[in-house]
Amino acid sequence: METLVSILVGITTAGAIYLLLRARTFPLVLGITLLGYAVNVFLFASGGLTLGSAPLVGGTIERFPDPLPQALVLTAIVIGFGMTAFLIVLALRALREFGTDRVDGDGP
Amino acid sequence: MGFVDHLPVLPVLVPLLAAPLCVLLESGSRAWWAAVFAAWLSLAAASALLWQVSNSGAVSYALGGWAAPWGIEYRVDLLAGYVLLIVASIAALVLSYARLSVAQEIPCERAAQFYAAFLLVLAGFSGIAVTGDAFNLFVFLEISSLASYTLISMGKDRRALSASFQYLIMGSIGATFILIGVGFLYMMTGTLNMQDLAARLPAVFETRTVRAGFAFLTVGIGLKLALFPLHLWLPNAYAYAPSTVSAFLSATATKVAVYALLRFLIVVFGVEFSFEEMPADVLFLVLGLAGMLSASLVAVFQDNVKRMLAYSSVAQVGYMVLGISLASATGLTSAVLHLFNHALMKGALFLALGAVVYRVGAVQIRDFAGLGRRMPWTMAAFVIGGLSLVGVPPTAGFVSKWYLVLATLEKGWWPVAGLVLLGSVIALVYVWRVVEAAYFAQPRADVTALREAPPSLLVPIWILVGANLYFGLRTDLTAGIARRAVSTLIGGAP
Repeated sequence: METLVSILVGITTAGAIYLLLRARTFPLVLGITLLGYAVNVFLFASGGLTLGSAPLVGGTIERFPDPLPQALVLTAIVIGFGMTAFLIVLALRALREFGTDRVDGDGP
Repeated sequence: MGFVDHLPVLPVLVPLLAAPLCVLLESGSRAWWAAVFAAWLSLAAASALLWQVSNSGAVSYALGGWAAPWGIEYRVDLLAGYVLLIVASIAALVLSYARLSVAQEIPCERAAQFYAAFLLVLAGFSGIAVTGDAFNLFVFLEISSLASYTLISMGKDRRALSASFQYLIMGSIGATFILIGVGFLYMMTGTLNMQDLAARLPAVFETRTVRAGFAFLTVGIGLKLALFPLHLWLPNAYAYAPSTVSAFLSATATKVAVYALLRFLIVVFGVEFSFEEMPADVLFLVLGLAGMLSASLVAVFQDNVKRMLAYSSVAQVGYMVLGISLASATGLTSAVLHLFNHALMKGALFLALGAVVYRVGAVQIRDFAGLGRRMPWTMAAFVIGGLSLVGVPPTAGFVSKWYLVLATLEKGWWPVAGLVLLGSVIALVYVWRVVEAAYFAQPRADVTALREAPPSLLVPIWILVGANLYFGLRTDLTAGIARRAVSTLIGGAP
């Protein structure tokens, strides 16, 4: 399970880096979002993956997943969402001001 | 719990609550009053906190009443209190200065939002200073970053948009790296509390996971602190941001990042691991020197004075990182001391530039012609701030350069000391270009209509200039706290 997840994280990150190296805003937005997903899955896996069990401490359940990474990922998702929303608004305003979707604005 | 027990949370809580209030107040001037009040209130809390920590040692605050390794802990030691004081005092001064400058540079329907974003940056920076939790540090970093992207994009020049966009991309990648680093550390130790991490990490230092976490954290924080060669977002961001934002961010943003670096390198990983097992010393020595010299050289050739000072900020980060790379008590003291002094000088310089923008409307070198006579107080402040930047006694800049040179000589690194002095000479060159234009160049025909900046701009500038001179003469205050902060930091590390 961990191997599968780590391969998926690797592929997602590779795609994100490819997109981040484009010089246009839309691929950049996608790249940042994809990178965020990759890191979230990575964080999720950092507490160890436990199948078919609820994150409950105490009680009678013997195998339970670590609840902390889930809390971290939830926070990271919220932050990533805010960041993406702002990024898109900024990209749209830049597009209107410069008339081009190049990242460098009025550069060559 | 009495009121005093809640002191550690106030510098974060007050601006965080005042920010939505600013938006609700709608009108720019009412929002300004609220923001100034909140900033001075957090400054009062920060001063009280530093006084308390200085007298009776580190303070721990369990957020929401959840005890330390599980809940989020705010931990204020001397260094945290010191950085908190820098951030809060610069914010209070810049906000007091902001009213006229913002009214001119920001459309009035956005002024309230501007102050709200400003307070959020303040809350984020204060949070980074006081938190004792690695993930919480990431959250505060993102709060402050997101708010500062907004502030930068409000610049009048449309290039502010692309500057903000680039900063956002670089900043997000940096934050992602920090998050990955924190994830690696959590994977190995199962804790996020910095003290707890410091206690548990030595057992797993040999694993590749911890080493990778160290590398990710160093690069991520390096992006945030504009460490050469990761500094490329900074010059445009500071050059096109509104004047008050440049002043506030240049004086505090990189400082807070240097503080986060110190926290992780020295408290979490410990001096031995960071500088002996991992090559942080060589890395920071080379990058610090390269940043110091190359950014200073580039600054000499800038015609936009704001951009010139932005490059100079990259160079000054080089000095701080160089101090850290020495890994000795004196070296770290010089870095911590330079945090404070650089905030004073860059704050004064950028605020003086803000006054020039207010009256002249531009900050190209040619616009400075004749300003020495037309705006004598502003330009005098610029000259003293510039001297402090170069490191001429009796200014604050001299004291931190002195400690840095002492620290390099302690190690017997003569060439490094020579390069530090060379960096100062280059700083003299670019400061001189502005001084020459202001005092000796032929003024343009329309310059006679210019008047001195109004007192509400001049007073905050001169408070900072006065602090530059005061802390240049009274070194026992800043250097004393810096030395004690460093010794508790090194002593407290396992």
